[in-house]
Amino acid sequence: MNSVILQIATRYLKVLFLSFACIAVIRGHNYPGGGFIGGLLAALYIVYSSLAFSVQQIRRQLKVKPQYYIGLGLLCALLSFMPSLVSGAPLMKGIWFTIDSSIIGKIKLGSPLLFDFGVFFTVMGVTLLFLFTLSNHK
Amino acid sequence: MTLIALPILLPFMLIIVLVFIRSTFYAKIIGVIGSALLFLVSVYLLILVSHNEMLVLQVGGWEAPYGISLVVDYLSSLMLLAASFIVFAVSIYAYRFVKAKRGFSMFFIFFFALTMGVNGAFISGDVFNLYVWFEVMMLSSFVLITMGAKKEQLEGGIKYLTLNLIASLLFLAGLGLLYGKTGTLNMAHLAQILNNDQQSILMNTSAMLFFIAFGIKTAIFPLFFWLPASYHTANITVTSLFAGILTKVGVYTLIRFFTLFFVQNGYFWHNLLLISAGFTMVIGGMAASIQYDTRRILSYHIISQIGYMIMGLGIYTPLAIAGAIFFTIHNMVAKTNTFLIMGIIKKIKGTFYLKDLGGLFKEKPFLAILFVISAFALAGIPPLSGFFAKFILIKAGIEDKHYLIIAVAVLTSMLTLYSMIKIWNQAFLRVQPSKTKVDERVKVAVFDYLPSALLALGSLMLGILAAQFFDLTLLAAKQLLDPGIYVEAVLNTMK
Amino acid sequence: MEILLSALTGLLYAGGVFLILRRSILKFIIGIIFLSNATNLLVFLSAGIVHGKPAFLDGVESDSGKLADPLPQALVLTAIVIGFGIVIFTLALKYKFFITTSTNDLDQLKNTDV
Repeated sequence: MNSVILQIATRYLKVLFLSFACIAVIRGHNYPGGGFIGGLLAALYIVYSSLAFSVQQIRRQLKVKPQYYIGLGLLCALLSFMPSLVSGAPLMKGIWFTIDSSIIGKIKLGSPLLFDFGVFFTVMGVTLLFLFTLSNHK
Repeated sequence: MTLIALPILLPFMLIIVLVFIRSTFYAKIIGVIGSALLFLVSVYLLILVSHNEMLVLQVGGWEAPYGISLVVDYLSSLMLLAASFIVFAVSIYAYRFVKAKRGFSMFFIFFFALTMGVNGAFISGDVFNLYVWFEVMMLSSFVLITMGAKKEQLEGGIKYLTLNLIASLLFLAGLGLLYGKTGTLNMAHLAQILNNDQQSILMNTSAMLFFIAFGIKTAIFPLFFWLPASYHTANITVTSLFAGILTKVGVYTLIRFFTLFFVQNGYFWHNLLLISAGFTMVIGGMAASIQYDTRRILSYHIISQIGYMIMGLGIYTPLAIAGAIFFTIHNMVAKTNTFLIMGIIKKIKGTFYLKDLGGLFKEKPFLAILFVISAFALAGIPPLSGFFAKFILIKAGIEDKHYLIIAVAVLTSMLTLYSMIKIWNQAFLRVQPSKTKVDERVKVAVFDYLPSALLALGSLMLGILAAQFFDLTLLAAKQLLDPGIYVEAVLNTMK
Repeated sequence: MEILLSALTGLLYAGGVFLILRRSILKFIIGIIFLSNATNLLVFLSAGIVHGKPAFLDGVESDSGKLADPLPQALVLTAIVIGFGIVIFTLALKYKFFITTSTNDLDQLKNTDV
């Protein structure tokens, strides 16, 4: 497909897609959302822009191979186990702490959030890997 | 008790490392060292279990009926030990026998994903968690069995995928019905509920679904057709790994489910298990004896041997279950080794077909010794492990007056011996047929024999230390036949 | 609602089995999708549907009949994700198979069964 409207729109929609994906991940612990949905949204953006341009072009622009996204995601998941190990709690217990910043109020951070980001990257990587593999031959 | 999760976490870490490593050399090194570490971990877990009876970890600190429990008892730790021993041997073997186009890290990623799934299935204490580990195992086995992506592998892969997929759908359906009726999926909690419940009619639907699902995974009598259709198409390294581990995970789950919570209505289930065990043994053995492709002989042979394990479960006395566990572990080691040896033979002679083989006894006497050890262990010749395994099972059967199945088991032993002697005669003893073209340039290094020698040594040790090992399996069996211990350990851990 | 969904489950199972027995690999894959969705529905239904009730209530120790059970939904979600992966893998396998053999016929799969 070679539509100028779609190509230009993609550039501006990038912010919307990716920030929505991030919000989905962060609110996911207590509200609908989460790593899986966030990852799918982020992958959706890339699917969308590969419709506007071409899969090969997007693949070149992406620079990082999808395999490495999967690796990064798994690494995040592994790191999210570490706080529970260090504090001596049972494995994978969620450890939370609150940052009291005067600008944006209280922020709760915890190991489940890191795990969610792990899921986010893994799902994104897997979806992109599927996309690139299945659209490899023309 | 975080250590319990290490058989899952270690392969997970190895996968992460391997994703970022592109160099074939380092991937191989990491693969071998990682699986050696895994073996050490499982040895340590067995030592811990022999001190503490049972190890329990409530993941995330959520208490037992609500969260996921990881449980290691004697059965789990013995299976872990055997599986990681095989994983170690096969990872060395892969060093020389896998030709991966995109580098070794790809192969080892799925190799360790499979290991993670298998280990997870062994230590999981939750039915749904077990399902997830089965899926991890299954997806990585799909990738491994189609590795190479030639026509044969794709064909075998489609057959393998279809039936295994149906099995896991049935597993999920059984699990859903079980949850609907009991409101829990924690194995200990299920055992507590179902052992005090006489309404077996309701349970039988999901028990039957589980039986069929695991029956397909285990390749027992009416459900085994995927195994001989797909195992001979894959790379020989993959086939030996699958032959050693995958079907035995099914055996493990059958033993776990039918001793822990599907215990009402025992008469029906034990007879069903015995009948399918008998047919599995005979049909597998007979089908093996008419094949000429060594991989197919051994594939049918896996099926025939599964019958013995199910027979042990069907007789259902402590001795019989100990025998089944002994047999499973002996079979994992010896069966993998025969496949590894067939791979070496293929490398030397360039073929798997018996009609083209010959003269190996004179050319490679050491290989002949390795084959004799593992093949005669499988057939059950006295000083080797298979003899003791079969002896325990048959003794248990006679004590419990199951004469028919014993007769079948002894008869099948003859069939096993026949097909092993067939390979021995055709491939090793007789003179090489003149029409076979052997590529003389192929050199087999000493290193190629190493994993096979390791497994042969394991098989020998199982025979020599049979008494000590039998004590362990008997402890495992006693623990299994008293679900109270399991329930107590899982539901009352306050950590 | 439950009767309707049960009927749908049965229909999906029947359709899935019918499609799996076809010769075309593509229809076979659609059959697998049907079967996996039928199983997901079965799991979802077997735990019972509670209409319009929340799963958690803050500070209220109410009896379980009035709350929805969140676990089957979590189970089904996991099963859907796994099913998604498997279907994609099957499609990729079918694609690769079509590239190498240029056939869509399951009867051509007999070459290795000698």
